Amino acid sequence: MRNDYKHDRRDDPPARAVALQLRVNGEERTLSTEPRMTLAEALRGPLGLTGTKIACNRGACSACTVWLDGEPVCACMILAIDVGRRAVTTIEGLSEGEALHPIQEAFIAHDAMQCGFCTPGLVMSAAALLARDPHPTRDAIKAALSGHFCRCGSYPKVFEAILAAASPE
Amino acid sequence: MSNPRSMRHEILPSGIAGAALGTVERAVPADEPPPLPVNAALDVIGKRLPRLDARAKVTGAARYTVDVKLPGMLFARVLRSPYPHALVTAVKIEEAARHPGVKAVHVVSERGGAEVQTIRYVGAPIATVAATTRAAADEALALIEVSYEPLPFSVDMDEARQPGAPPVFEFAAEAPAADATRSPNLWGPSKDAFAGSDRGDIEKGFAEAAVIVEGAFRTQVQTHCCLEPHAVVADWRTDGLTVYISTQAVIGVRDELAEAFSLPPHKVRVICEFMGGGFGSKLAAGDYSRFAVELSRKAGAPVALSFDRREEQVAAGNRPATWQRLRLGARRDGTLTAISILAYGTAGIANGAGVGNIAQNLYTCANFAMTQYDVMTNAGPGCAMRAPGNVQGAFALEQLIDELAERLALNPIALRDRIDPNLARREERRRGAARVGWAKRHAPGADLGPIKRGIGMAQSFWPGIVDLDSRCEIRIGRDGSVELRSGVQDIGTGTRTVLGQVVAEELGLRLQDVAVQIGDTDFPPGPSSGGSKVTGSITPAARNAACKALRALFAVAGPKLGVASGELAAKHGRIFPRGAPARGLAFREAAALLEDDVRIVSGRAEDYGGFRLAREGSGLAVADLGGVQFAAVAVDTETGMVRVERIVAVHDCGRPINPMLVESQIHGGVLMGLSYALFENRVMDRNGGHMLNADLDQYKLAGPTDTPEIEVLLLENYHGRSSTDACGVAEPATIATAAAIANAVYNAIGVRIRSLPMNPRAVLAALGRIPALRWAL
Repeated sequence: MRNDYKHDRRDDPPARAVALQLRVNGEERTLSTEPRMTLAEALRGPLGLTGTKIACNRGACSACTVWLDGEPVCACMILAIDVGRRAVTTIEGLSEGEALHPIQEAFIAHDAMQCGFCTPGLVMSAAALLARDPHPTRDAIKAALSGHFCRCGSYPKVFEAILAAASPE
Repeated sequence: MSNPRSMRHEILPSGIAGAALGTVERAVPADEPPPLPVNAALDVIGKRLPRLDARAKVTGAARYTVDVKLPGMLFARVLRSPYPHALVTAVKIEEAARHPGVKAVHVVSERGGAEVQTIRYVGAPIATVAATTRAAADEALALIEVSYEPLPFSVDMDEARQPGAPPVFEFAAEAPAADATRSPNLWGPSKDAFAGSDRGDIEKGFAEAAVIVEGAFRTQVQTHCCLEPHAVVADWRTDGLTVYISTQAVIGVRDELAEAFSLPPHKVRVICEFMGGGFGSKLAAGDYSRFAVELSRKAGAPVALSFDRREEQVAAGNRPATWQRLRLGARRDGTLTAISILAYGTAGIANGAGVGNIAQNLYTCANFAMTQYDVMTNAGPGCAMRAPGNVQGAFALEQLIDELAERLALNPIALRDRIDPNLARREERRRGAARVGWAKRHAPGADLGPIKRGIGMAQSFWPGIVDLDSRCEIRIGRDGSVELRSGVQDIGTGTRTVLGQVVAEELGLRLQDVAVQIGDTDFPPGPSSGGSKVTGSITPAARNAACKALRALFAVAGPKLGVASGELAAKHGRIFPRGAPARGLAFREAAALLEDDVRIVSGRAEDYGGFRLAREGSGLAVADLGGVQFAAVAVDTETGMVRVERIVAVHDCGRPINPMLVESQIHGGVLMGLSYALFENRVMDRNGGHMLNADLDQYKLAGPTDTPEIEVLLLENYHGRSSTDACGVAEPATIATAAAIANAVYNAIGVRIRSLPMNPRAVLAALGRIPALRWAL
């Protein structure tokens, strides 16, 4: 098969771990990682933050969405060693202790989830949207979430949740 | 099966709330709980309550199989075939085994015992490696040397079903002998459409018809695209095997693995706390879980194996492609006299591509005949996918029923009122038509501009299936805590939550007072999450167990309150004499009177009043679950783009336990159907046998911007069939969508599209603006 399953790495130099410091959810975290490790893998593996999910691993589904300096990005599309001093925020860092972010409360109240696997990524994009546009239209919400896939079909209730969080009753 | 237990007679709610609500008398087994009133009279059941696990899901705390980490855990990857059909003559693993990270290597053909393995699709497993990291396992796969002898193949159903096509299976016991007139890849014809078979006299039926309509229809392969990949962690120990797996059936996986590894079932524990989507593709243990167990046994360490997205697309199942020729005969008044189907379907190297269930069951028709063939092709095996066969079958049937209506100059709804015996669907047509504005529907193709709008509708049929071996344990602690335990898993539908609601209602508590522990074979067995049967199967067991546990609580509270325990009630967190709530005890105070924690396991009655249908296996059909969907579309006749603007989905699922969660599931069914109708399509390279869009970007899925306004109208439809009278809705929710959109597209442009997906190419071809598609219908 073309190199899809089988990339011949016999000539590659052996992978060597490098020490790395990342700013994750307001904390300085030190880890040892191979240079080829993506941010998503580093978060889920050595950093133990498994709330960030990997579903397609090539930037097509947005399940792994985290923030770099407040901007949503696919964590599967950036190497951990390229993050530098940018602040990483994951789903675990969105709430403040027991107090959830308002968008998380809205997702709960409106059942904006089913299996929940894509939910952390959707929550991160929704929270970023509200940070830059506190009163988005339905079309602005759809545009902000385009690129996210939810196979269970939670989108309508995600839209409802975001609209509700944008204008609390 | 005879029921030797004593019975009593009860009056239960029956019919549709707000339309024809009445009562029905049933013979009910004596140890069943009292009848449950309609939802309006209840405190917790029927309420729009947030999921018990919602907080875990929005904070990332929910632990899925891919999140499981065990000490010393290894990571496995699978080497897969680059050829669609080949003999594997040698697999050299020595170099891979010497890789410093590798702890175990397993050649797939080892367990089969065969020296030579035949590969029949691109992506078929050859060997698997467990290493200290996933990347190291990938490196080791590159060190395995495989010798292949490629064989002729076909990935195209039309080609594979011709005489002389390359045989996918050399020795197919199930297939009639091939000859000069018959392809070796043609299996069948099968009569199995999971209920009954042909009926009446088809020739006579067509002879009696005043009008005959006929059409050929084609549907594509759809893949499941679960966001959580197929994933397993196997931990083989001398004292037993523990398996974490993303599955729709912990009990089934336990039994399969126990048998495969010659272990007694109680030595195998299977756990699925959260799972990220299945849609039918995670009903079985699969080869991958056997690989993980084998590797764990060899390495002496836990082994995690999860698919990458390409593996998901090529080796994790799919909805088979089909070609159907459907024929309907009717009298002038619309009465159906004959339905016949000839169908070919391909589930790759698997069978089960039949489509006939819905045509056989949806409408009253005395004469029915069906000939269905499975065509073997060199592609990954199909498997169950949300309403197997029915989605494909509905696309053909419901378009042809609309054609029949047009030929008879009948409104499609009026025709269905005549031929559809189901009362719920009649009410659903009425409510849906009013909501969507059916009366304002114009003639086909009536809009003048390039963008043409239309409205269409279609219906679903799905049997109410029950797994009788469904059990729950209720524990009431002396501290007042309440816990439900069952082996049933929650695949995202809300099973955990509806179980909690049923228990809370029975015990007079709030949902949050009930802890629900599920997805573990150490608990009493629950049903698999397939066939839309979970809610109908397991909620009666939960209520029955809670009712029995409550009686134990009443037995200690009665003497304390100085009344007979039979005179007590539980409501609003209190236990009190009926009619005298002020005299009661808090639930917690009553629990403190217990000598010991209450632990009660209960199953469910197999029957309420003789509704049980004799069927093979444990299932029984209690009802025809309805469902009618309306679609409003806009078709750009210049670009060929179809845009669904609105869906009205009208459904019944017995007693809805949590209407908000039911709505979520219906949204999901509609969106999966919309995505199937307009976008999804597995594209195979006919010359190389590879799937060309084995990802989530070239494999097109409906996303947020494709999501129309979806209005869900939910009926409360009481059957009086169990102690909760609830049914599922997952499958009905997706059956009618593509057909409704197709009928709306016809209403918009005045041309029928008989193939899926209805993408710009298909639409422009149907409009005659570009040449017809390659294959003929």
